[in-house]
Amino acid sequence: MSDIDKATVAKIARLARIKIEEDKLEALAGELNNILGWVEQLDEVNTDDIQPMSSVVDAKLRWRLDEVTDGDKQESVLKNAPNAEYGFFAVPKVIE
Amino acid sequence: MTDLTKLTIAGARDLLKKGEITARELTEAHIASVEAADALNAYIAKTPELALEQADKADAKIKAGEQKGMTGIPVGIKDLFATKGVHTQACSHILDGFKPEYESTVSQKLWDDGAVMLGKLNMDEFAMGSSNETSFYGPVKNPWRRGDTDTVPGGSSGGSVASVAGFAAMGATASDTGGSIRQPASFTGTFGIKPTYGRCSRYGMVAFASSLDQAGTITRTVRDGAIMLESISGFDAKDSTSVDMAVPNFEAALTGDIRGMKIGIPQEYHLAGMPGEIEALWHQGIEWMKAAGAEVVDINLPHTKYALPTYYIVAPAEASSNLARYDGVRYGLRETVNGGGLVDMYEATRAAGFGDEVKRRIMIGTYVLSAGYYDAYYLKAQKVRQLIANDFKRAFEKVDAILTPTAPSAAFAPGEKSDDPIAMYLNDVFTVPASLAGLPGSSVPVGLDANGLPLGLQILGKPWDEETVFKVSGVMEEAANFTAKPAEWWR
Repeated sequence: MSDIDKATVAKIARLARIKIEEDKLEALAGELNNILGWVEQLDEVNTDDIQPMSSVVDAKLRWRLDEVTDGDKQESVLKNAPNAEYGFFAVPKVIE
Repeated sequence: MTDLTKLTIAGARDLLKKGEITARELTEAHIASVEAADALNAYIAKTPELALEQADKADAKIKAGEQKGMTGIPVGIKDLFATKGVHTQACSHILDGFKPEYESTVSQKLWDDGAVMLGKLNMDEFAMGSSNETSFYGPVKNPWRRGDTDTVPGGSSGGSVASVAGFAAMGATASDTGGSIRQPASFTGTFGIKPTYGRCSRYGMVAFASSLDQAGTITRTVRDGAIMLESISGFDAKDSTSVDMAVPNFEAALTGDIRGMKIGIPQEYHLAGMPGEIEALWHQGIEWMKAAGAEVVDINLPHTKYALPTYYIVAPAEASSNLARYDGVRYGLRETVNGGGLVDMYEATRAAGFGDEVKRRIMIGTYVLSAGYYDAYYLKAQKVRQLIANDFKRAFEKVDAILTPTAPSAAFAPGEKSDDPIAMYLNDVFTVPASLAGLPGSSVPVGLDANGLPLGLQILGKPWDEETVFKVSGVMEEAANFTAKPAEWWR
């Protein structure tokens, strides 16, 4: 099923927002194909009528009142920012 | 004066109570031991001043008659637990300089009980690895060597086990996604326990695969594990998957009495090609259980062989979305491209910040979740995961606990498996199934192989039944009488 070529690796890298140099694509395609080829043994398992697991514990999500319980921590939130200006996270230009 | 770093947590607790030692003395001895253990590379940040401050507070608590199990006990914290104002990077370059403004619930519970932090412990980057070779801060060395050859401590909690086995902490926090507590415990002759998913809060734990991640502990004895795990367990409203259940007194479960208990032996765990001494040790464990009055029952867990491939779809898928937050905007590393825009910054930051194994897993996860492949990979894996959980459910209708080897080998040498991802993944063949099912499990040190390296046996229990895991572990520990210690070459 899996047959990942260089173009597919480049596409995945783009989706994952990781810059991969052109000369690394071939090797990475090989590695990913190996791993995917190995996981594809799951195709042997009959999973008709099996519900996919969504949680290992039978716990219902808890409800709480819709009210503010936290906040007003601008300084803390920005403390670790690589670049913060005027109380905001600063990033390179987004709009050309 | 006896060497305070050789005490168990339980032993130190008793001496502190009697006033024969102080938390400050205990902490000073451990700070010296941490300094002397630099060759292990277990600590990537040391906090001696904080430790002494906490020790003095602990001594005051003890004087005031408010001693708890962990009061005054020096511990190490795995680098993926957020510690306020202290290095927290999950040993990744991408979190460079990150010092959280908040504390993880697990570590906060330890401090509330009066424990003492010696520093932050090395680990595989984002807990992705089984040998602690993927850390940005370099590999950890196992205190146990194969003759003159270094060995890996296992992973991902490599710093946790090396510090405890190397007497540079009395206990350490750890985390398990597919075996990251039990496998390294087996490699280092320490006791590791991963509780039921939902027992410990994940608040402030750097996320890897959220449906699997669970905190736990590394200690030198089963009793110490019971004391420390009890301290970090319990409901927390800040984690939506934390379960609101009372935490039992785990230490009280160590009755030594397993008469009439049924212990399951899964036939699928007899792996072809596994070293004979691991088979032999497993067999020995079975004999010990029988001698203690337990009934040993053969069981089947038919989907065992599919656990690893299931895990290597589910975990990377969850990791790819969890690690999407590292974008160079809010914290950690930022790499910009001259004349480039925002997307260039994302791509450059993530290229520079993540190591090869992390990139590999993000890529796999991105692929299996991408349009057109989701059903074939991710949905399929979640169905097989259900079948694996069903196997355990059926088995636990017949038995109280399950006994298996912890890992298919003893500690190996650095570099031996790092070129072949799948060979590395196979380390977790016995630990991953229980992680997928959310079950509690331990690794108990039981013997040495022909090279003098430790081996452990794994004990699995029903959901929320850590007490049985501790009880059986305690009996195993006593029968095995594992007293071997590593030669302290690193000092």
